[in-house]
Amino acid sequence: MGLEEYKGVYIYAQQVDNEISSIAFELLGKGKELAAALGTDVTAVLLGSNVKGLCDKLAEYGADKVILVDDPALETYRTEPYAHALASVINEYKPEIMLVGATAIGRDLGPTVSARVATGLTADCTVLEIGDFPLVATPGKEDEQKHNQLLMTRPAFGGNTIATIACPDNRPQMATVRPGVMQKIDPIAGAKANIIEYNPGFTENNRYVEIMEVVKAVGQVQNIMDAKILVSGGRGVGSEENFKLLDDLAAALGGMVSCSRAVVENGWKAQDYQVGQTGKTVRPNVYFAIGISGAIQHVAGMEESDLIIAINKDADAPIFDVADYGIVGDLNKIVPALTEAIKAQAEK
Amino acid sequence: MKIVVCIKQVPDTKGGVKFNPDGTLDRAAMLAIMNPDDKAGLEAALRIKEETGAEVTVLTMGLPKADDVLREAMAMGADKAILVTDRVLGGADTWATSSTIAGALRNIDYDLVITGRQAIDGDTAQVGPQIAEHLGLPVISYAADIKIDGENVIVKRQYEDRYHMLKTKMPCLITALSELNTPRYMTPGGIFDAYDEKEVTVWGRADLKDLDDANIGLKGSPTKIAKASDKVRKGAGEKVNLDATESVNYIMSKLTEKHVI
Repeated sequence: MGLEEYKGVYIYAQQVDNEISSIAFELLGKGKELAAALGTDVTAVLLGSNVKGLCDKLAEYGADKVILVDDPALETYRTEPYAHALASVINEYKPEIMLVGATAIGRDLGPTVSARVATGLTADCTVLEIGDFPLVATPGKEDEQKHNQLLMTRPAFGGNTIATIACPDNRPQMATVRPGVMQKIDPIAGAKANIIEYNPGFTENNRYVEIMEVVKAVGQVQNIMDAKILVSGGRGVGSEENFKLLDDLAAALGGMVSCSRAVVENGWKAQDYQVGQTGKTVRPNVYFAIGISGAIQHVAGMEESDLIIAINKDADAPIFDVADYGIVGDLNKIVPALTEAIKAQAEK
Repeated sequence: MKIVVCIKQVPDTKGGVKFNPDGTLDRAAMLAIMNPDDKAGLEAALRIKEETGAEVTVLTMGLPKADDVLREAMAMGADKAILVTDRVLGGADTWATSSTIAGALRNIDYDLVITGRQAIDGDTAQVGPQIAEHLGLPVISYAADIKIDGENVIVKRQYEDRYHMLKTKMPCLITALSELNTPRYMTPGGIFDAYDEKEVTVWGRADLKDLDDANIGLKGSPTKIAKASDKVRKGAGEKVNLDATESVNYIMSKLTEKHVI
């Protein structure tokens, strides 16, 4: 079948516990831009059990259509029924682009589905655009250059390099997209979804694993990706107890505390609070890097922050290479005094 | 019980990154180590071996020098090692890599295949699930704990805000997180055996089963590199070295200037 028969930009609308994940709205925002460049529309693919009520919300964030697969087999995420559902949607509706969030679900679903529908998949993309492949036509072979291709840009080598990838000869062009990078649109109040219901049928086979137990993280974990101000601590904070200094500063600023990988490895903070390559990508308005040396894996997760302020006693710490304002000094003296100054300012 | 652990020799990112003129990685020019997630997967397999007497085979696809990580794995306690290497397999993306490794696994008896969740060079996390797809195996990725229970395996599958305890009948494929365990060191006796006693089986293209030429190497890779470069970072800003009070004043002035407070 010809590649030109594949049309439209599709996004996987991840939901967990019948609540749409933020990444779905981010993908819709980017999907709309790509669709505009291609002169096509955006379709959200929603898989779950009793999730029809979520469709309008997807319309509010820009979905022109919603393909809904609603089946009891899809109540809780498992690779197999979900991969079957998404691969069946792709085979039935033939999108030219299929975007999936690079979440712990999407990074399992994406590769399984891409292998099933025999196409390429580019992981953890941070930039998506429409363009030509090759970027510059080979002289004498101008007619071999393909237009309107999805160009997928991603960091690799722990953020040391950046590569732009195309998938010129297979459809759909598939990418997983790093959460927290793409922008949502302002929701369109009262938008109603154009819903297409589809069910490929589900028959259990050897690939269906059994869920014995679902254990959610204790307490309501606030998401550091939603914070406007992050006060982030590293190994230099010294101890779990000493994070109190950062808690106080975050409270005074109305922000949240996050941390580096070393802090998680030392057991001072849960992984939910980790920023970086193996943690979360954040882009708050202000990012305080306190006692964080700034390993490349950490920087990859926070360098898009609008304003970066680093406090570190080591004047040669690599964090100063990305900080807008770097303060060489003792965090134990500076942080409490800063907290007091901010409180005093607020009382004026 | 037979376990195959798929491992990858990866460039140590501390050593810098080099490219070939065609935009693919110049692996030959970089320092090389066993990928950390794969090493955790190997350690998990070795612990199952201690418990159940399982046989552990390590498998890698790479350049001839990937022999090093296979010897290291045997020095840690793996029983057998297979190196899949052939010029025609080079430049593979995750589709072509997983197709190739599936072609090798079709030659081997196994109950359990373990891969790392992701490699530190590509960071894709795709090859494990894609191998499972090619072989029709159940896949459990992001494993934070693995237990054998008769003919079943029970896995703690990690998500961002929760975990699932999953159970499936073997054969199956599991992708391991580094958090799974702390890998053991090689032993002196193990090193001796690995380099002087044990053999690495080497397979080329012709040894791989049910594998179409259209699905291997650079040509068989659906994804193509349009451009690759060192990342351009935003430059350093101001750096000051002041006493604590002046430091606070400095930060306060910047926060005010930027309308944060």
